[in-house]
Amino acid sequence: MPKGILGRKIGMTHVYRQGVQIAVTVIEVEPNPVVQAKTAGGKDGYDALQLGYGRKSVRRVNKPMQGHYERAGVEPKRVLREFRGMNGFEAGEAVSAGDVLAAGDLVIVRGRSRGRGFAGVMKRHGFSGHKASHGTHESFRGAGSIGASADPSRVWKGKRMPGQMGNAVTAVKNLEIIDVIGEKNLVLVSGAVPGSRNSIVEIIKSE
Amino acid sequence: MADLILQELERETMRTDIPQFYPGDTVSVHTRVTEGSKERIQVFRGTVIRICGRFGRGSFTVRKVSSGIGVERVFPFNSPSIAKVVIERKGKVRRARLYYLRDRIGKAARIRDKTVEAKKKKPAKD
Repeated sequence: MPKGILGRKIGMTHVYRQGVQIAVTVIEVEPNPVVQAKTAGGKDGYDALQLGYGRKSVRRVNKPMQGHYERAGVEPKRVLREFRGMNGFEAGEAVSAGDVLAAGDLVIVRGRSRGRGFAGVMKRHGFSGHKASHGTHESFRGAGSIGASADPSRVWKGKRMPGQMGNAVTAVKNLEIIDVIGEKNLVLVSGAVPGSRNSIVEIIKSE
Repeated sequence: MADLILQELERETMRTDIPQFYPGDTVSVHTRVTEGSKERIQVFRGTVIRICGRFGRGSFTVRKVSSGIGVERVFPFNSPSIAKVVIERKGKVRRARLYYLRDRIGKAARIRDKTVEAKKKKPAKD
């Protein structure tokens, strides 16, 4: 059953385990309040927990959502995420890192990657561009040809072209939990994690 | 805020048994070497030519000339393979990165001693 929790990316550092240096991302996982608990036996028909993370001013929350938070007795949150298959908690209770994660677990970490704006093909897809000399003019970073001629008279779908890069939901799979520091509400995950510092990420246990 | 949490974590896991030394100093780094199941100590003695980053996750580079060949080793401050670091001599240098030593051989690659230098100057004033 998938189990997940929300956290805030703090940054990267390294730690030593068995004499080996491991690059880790530090994620702050304060106890996640349950905003809504769905049950298989209830009207939702499936088990899930809706968890919240981060603070949000009440002024920024519309009336229907205010009611949603009030029902659970939880302060408004920056992010709400539903984790299917989790149960055993009531709305208003809090799920802490230790309830879900333990050192040695493999997890998927999902977050919104850092936006790079409208990027060209060299940055976005790793194209090699054109020669800087030998008579090249005007086009140094262009993509070159984007297809054939009268047949097929169109550009293939999925042709890699310039466009928005980053700022998309990205997941990194099979990262190992190196440590769960309960008293500080910190989790150390091996390797890199999508997003900027302070961005909110989902940590989901791999099956 | 995020930076503070990271700093605090690094301060806690930092090794505090490594003495403070600077570029130009001559140090002996006692490293743990595992050969099969046996562990022994190997000493790497040379000049510190670079200190990189803060103590928590920083590193330093030690250069020595071993049978005519320059050898440099980079040690992370927190590395558990460092048994201890002994400061052999304090050197007087005028820059933080002593890469110029790579181009020098023998007598030209010497570094003036800090303590000796201070002792010499004081009597001269009187």
